[in-house]
Amino acid sequence: MSESHERNPGTALERGWFEDVQVNRSAAERRAASLTSARTVKKAHQAAWLLRAIQCIDLTTLAGDDTPGRVRRLCNKARQPVRQDILDALGVGDIGLKTGAVCVYPTMVPHAVKALEGSGIPVASVATGFPAGLTPLAQRLAEIRYAVEEGAAEIDIVITREHALLGNWQALYDEIRAMREACGEAHMKAILATGELGTLTNVYRASMVAMQAGSDFIKTSTGKEPENATLPVSLVMLRSLRDYRDLTGHKVGFKPAGGLKTAKDAMNWLALMKEELGGPWMEADLFRLGASSMLADIERQLEHHVTGRYASAAHHALS
Amino acid sequence: MNIKDIMQTMDYGPAPEATTDVVGWLEARGRAFGHFINGSFTGADATEIAVENPANGETLARIPAAGEAEVNAAVAAAAKAFPAWSKLSGFERSRYLYAIARQLHKRERFFAVLESLDNGKAIRESRTADIPLVIRHFYHHAGWAAVAETEFTDREAVGVCGQVIPWNFPLLMLAWKIAPALAAGNTVVLKPADLTPLTAIAFAELLVEIGLPKGVVNIVHGGAKTGALIVRHPDIAKIAFTGSTAVGREIRRATAGSGKKLSLELGGKSPFVICADADLDAAVEGVVDGVWFNQGEVCCAGSRLLVQEGIAERFLEKLRARMNHLRVGDPLDKTTDMGAIVSAGQKARIEALLQGADAEGYRLEQATCSLPERGHFIAPGFFADADPAATVSQVEIFGPIAVTTTFRTIDEAVELANNTAYGLSASIWSENINAATELAARVKAGVVWINATNMFDANAPFGGMKESGYGREGAREGMAGYLKRKGGKAEKPYKPVAVDFTASTATEGSSDALVDRTMKNYVGGKQARPDGGASYVVRAPKGSVLGLAPLSSRKDVRDAVEAALKAKAWAANAHGRAQVVYFIAENISVRADELAAQIRAMTGVSKEQAEGEVRQTIERCFYYAGLADKDDGAVHATKPRHLTLSLKEPLGVVGVLAPDEAPLLGLMSLVLPLIATGNRVVAVPSGAHALIAQPLFQVFDTSDLPGGVVNLITGERDVLAITLAEHDAVDGIWYHGGKEGAARVEALSAGNLKQVWTNGGRALDWSDDAVGRGRDWMERATQIKTIWVPYGA
Repeated sequence: MSESHERNPGTALERGWFEDVQVNRSAAERRAASLTSARTVKKAHQAAWLLRAIQCIDLTTLAGDDTPGRVRRLCNKARQPVRQDILDALGVGDIGLKTGAVCVYPTMVPHAVKALEGSGIPVASVATGFPAGLTPLAQRLAEIRYAVEEGAAEIDIVITREHALLGNWQALYDEIRAMREACGEAHMKAILATGELGTLTNVYRASMVAMQAGSDFIKTSTGKEPENATLPVSLVMLRSLRDYRDLTGHKVGFKPAGGLKTAKDAMNWLALMKEELGGPWMEADLFRLGASSMLADIERQLEHHVTGRYASAAHHALS
Repeated sequence: MNIKDIMQTMDYGPAPEATTDVVGWLEARGRAFGHFINGSFTGADATEIAVENPANGETLARIPAAGEAEVNAAVAAAAKAFPAWSKLSGFERSRYLYAIARQLHKRERFFAVLESLDNGKAIRESRTADIPLVIRHFYHHAGWAAVAETEFTDREAVGVCGQVIPWNFPLLMLAWKIAPALAAGNTVVLKPADLTPLTAIAFAELLVEIGLPKGVVNIVHGGAKTGALIVRHPDIAKIAFTGSTAVGREIRRATAGSGKKLSLELGGKSPFVICADADLDAAVEGVVDGVWFNQGEVCCAGSRLLVQEGIAERFLEKLRARMNHLRVGDPLDKTTDMGAIVSAGQKARIEALLQGADAEGYRLEQATCSLPERGHFIAPGFFADADPAATVSQVEIFGPIAVTTTFRTIDEAVELANNTAYGLSASIWSENINAATELAARVKAGVVWINATNMFDANAPFGGMKESGYGREGAREGMAGYLKRKGGKAEKPYKPVAVDFTASTATEGSSDALVDRTMKNYVGGKQARPDGGASYVVRAPKGSVLGLAPLSSRKDVRDAVEAALKAKAWAANAHGRAQVVYFIAENISVRADELAAQIRAMTGVSKEQAEGEVRQTIERCFYYAGLADKDDGAVHATKPRHLTLSLKEPLGVVGVLAPDEAPLLGLMSLVLPLIATGNRVVAVPSGAHALIAQPLFQVFDTSDLPGGVVNLITGERDVLAITLAEHDAVDGIWYHGGKEGAARVEALSAGNLKQVWTNGGRALDWSDDAVGRGRDWMERATQIKTIWVPYGA
């Protein structure tokens, strides 16, 4: 991750920053709904935004049947996410378009590192007993260290939902702190599993604790919860992130994940970032889209932009 | 710009909405439009008004201005269409309304684009707010048409309705007016604002297409003069107006004594209360939706921000940041948040107010966004610290500018919120249900949004309190405004009993009882000598002296109103009110003989009749005591996960001018529904039969009626009525007397737009239950407060 900002060092646990905060769900839903109807990008702007979305994608495979071959295919897609003739037609053939990262399970890290050698694409690994995060802490920390040793530059950890649900903020803080330490130089994304936190108020509080404990990114979901990334949840996390920036001066990144499938989703989330936080949060060092199938839809949209014809998935390389 | 460059800026870029269809429509008609009278378009050859696109100053089209001939023709067409239309079955009328809704649905985009071109509002708003609400309104009222016969069994259509609508939500206001009018079986003459007539014209074309019978809807164009012709037209039975409070007052005066039903939806300066425990980011978005929605050209805009002091700075910081993300410009661009102000005149009016504030020393903060060079644009903004004393804190700006002041406690928030002549809406932000509902209960406003703002639905009553007008639009309550009680027996003209109100000399009229008993007024639960101490002689029909009654003056009215204002707590407890009214019945029963004797002496009716009147008064007490805790509000089905409540609240302090017929029953038939619903009353008993008040003091005194809830002052009806009608702290007047007196009260009520209900110069048969009591009396005594509570954990 080549960031233009100082890494978030975290703070002490500051309960006063979140314990009085209440999030009104229906108001958040209204804002999310009106935002998507209020912002749209067309034509060349749309193509530019879609290309940017690709640069922010954490191209992901997190399946029980992942194999080195499967991971290698994904990595090659990350290197060349869009057909070169399309990129040339768009006038961006020379920008070295690639995805933000490739995201895999810890045991797949060495295969990904090898496949991405020289590409500059970081390997992200989920860790800490993903997705439930209920293995003992020592094992979870060991898992982080393993992934880092294998070459992961980014670690997506999951929080213990129990701590958030029971309001054990100190415990949550301590745990994430320890994970951050285990990450060392690797950047840490804290997955809040928002679909299991019950309320948006909890989402805000957990976000704030995760940032105070030194997360580089906060991330919505593992993709395995009953509810994935939604705009209202994202809105609340972005507001916490903005408040954290205002309080500390530190920038923390945001990664929606799970259920993001379409080019339209990518545009919506980019617009959300632009409206709530502004330009810097539309770049890969502060914004990632956790997705596996979204890229395919974006490719087809880009081809349509070039040719004016609707595209076939068969004309684009599988990831 | 090439794609690579855009990837650097990540701007939105232009996203224009296509106007081809609308321009084609304008061109095909030569950009000249006429009135829509009796099913045809007329007058397009004599256009005198240019309709401007406020976003660029170009002329979109031209329209004529209707004069007397055109208005007369439109009213005649509506009158002619009325009998057949009102007699159609509910299903038949419903079919037409349903067809309107369907056609609008199909042409949603066309109407949205036309609206934005004509009004300057952002296409996003016309597409996601205006037009969908229009469609919903017609669907909803298609439903009412089908069920009105069975839902309002004792009601019928009013007749020809004259409707005058504003320019801020042109088609939506048309829908709010026309849909219920047609559903109820009325016919319509509507005048759109001359700044924004185009969607109404397209709507008229749609009516032709669906085959709406000729004359059911007539649309005439023009400005204030045309409006005045409609308002004064003798063949119009109801006037419905949405617009400024100043024009509302004029209409009130112009319709006084005409017998026209009247509903007024006027201005506002609505409080937007942000408590320390609110979701501040949500409240910031609330301001966007509250005061920056539709360029702030919204009567219910939450334009007075009341922020709890401890969080004010943080809130305003967030607001500033958010304001600078607003996109102001081409209304037809899909990413525009705020379009153009409707006209140069309106822009100048707003700017004059802002300059005035500057001169008063208040600092305006405005968004840093760039504005288009052409067209009438104003950047959104707010005054971070505008005291209630600032002019901009008091007058309606009707532009995208909020004022801010801080409060310390909920009590203070209520006080500040109500510190205005208006009472249209309020928005309350708190995550504490206790604080939020307390505020909602105490703020004087027709619509209250909790943790939300500017929410509308066809099934949620909308309308104001205080000088924001009266009448409701939407839901069952809105339908009621287009219906009247089915005519029963023809009522006779009111015949006042002649009274000599000369102040009596010292000896005249004194009682021949053992102890002298000179009646006083009853004010604040105490007997009070009238100011000046004069009395007049109350005589029997044949002229014999019965006693003396206070000859009250305007100061006695003042004192009585003050006493009534203090008795606020009366409104709180419906069960308690019922108990007191039962107790009044009990004590009237105890004094039945005395009351009957008094009635006989004053009116000369038979013993049987007098006793009957007392008995019926007791019955009426039971009736209203029974209703006191049952005439309650409703929960309306609006949107998913929204509680939409309509509560009935008392008007406040109501003046009662009692009739000469049935001195006890007439007076109490007026007082009882008022107090049963929580009002406080200043009543003037029949001057001819004023002595009926004396035993009533004792009835009230022994019935646990709190002092000030009912005040009785005697004297000359039409003199005291003037003071009551002019009194700005009086919220309503029920007048029974002569036709001229009724008209005068209506005209004078324009001062604070108090709600007036008169007998229209006709005599009621008070002994007839179908006439002298009813649920509609409770309706007249109350006003609706709609409370929106969106929920979700």
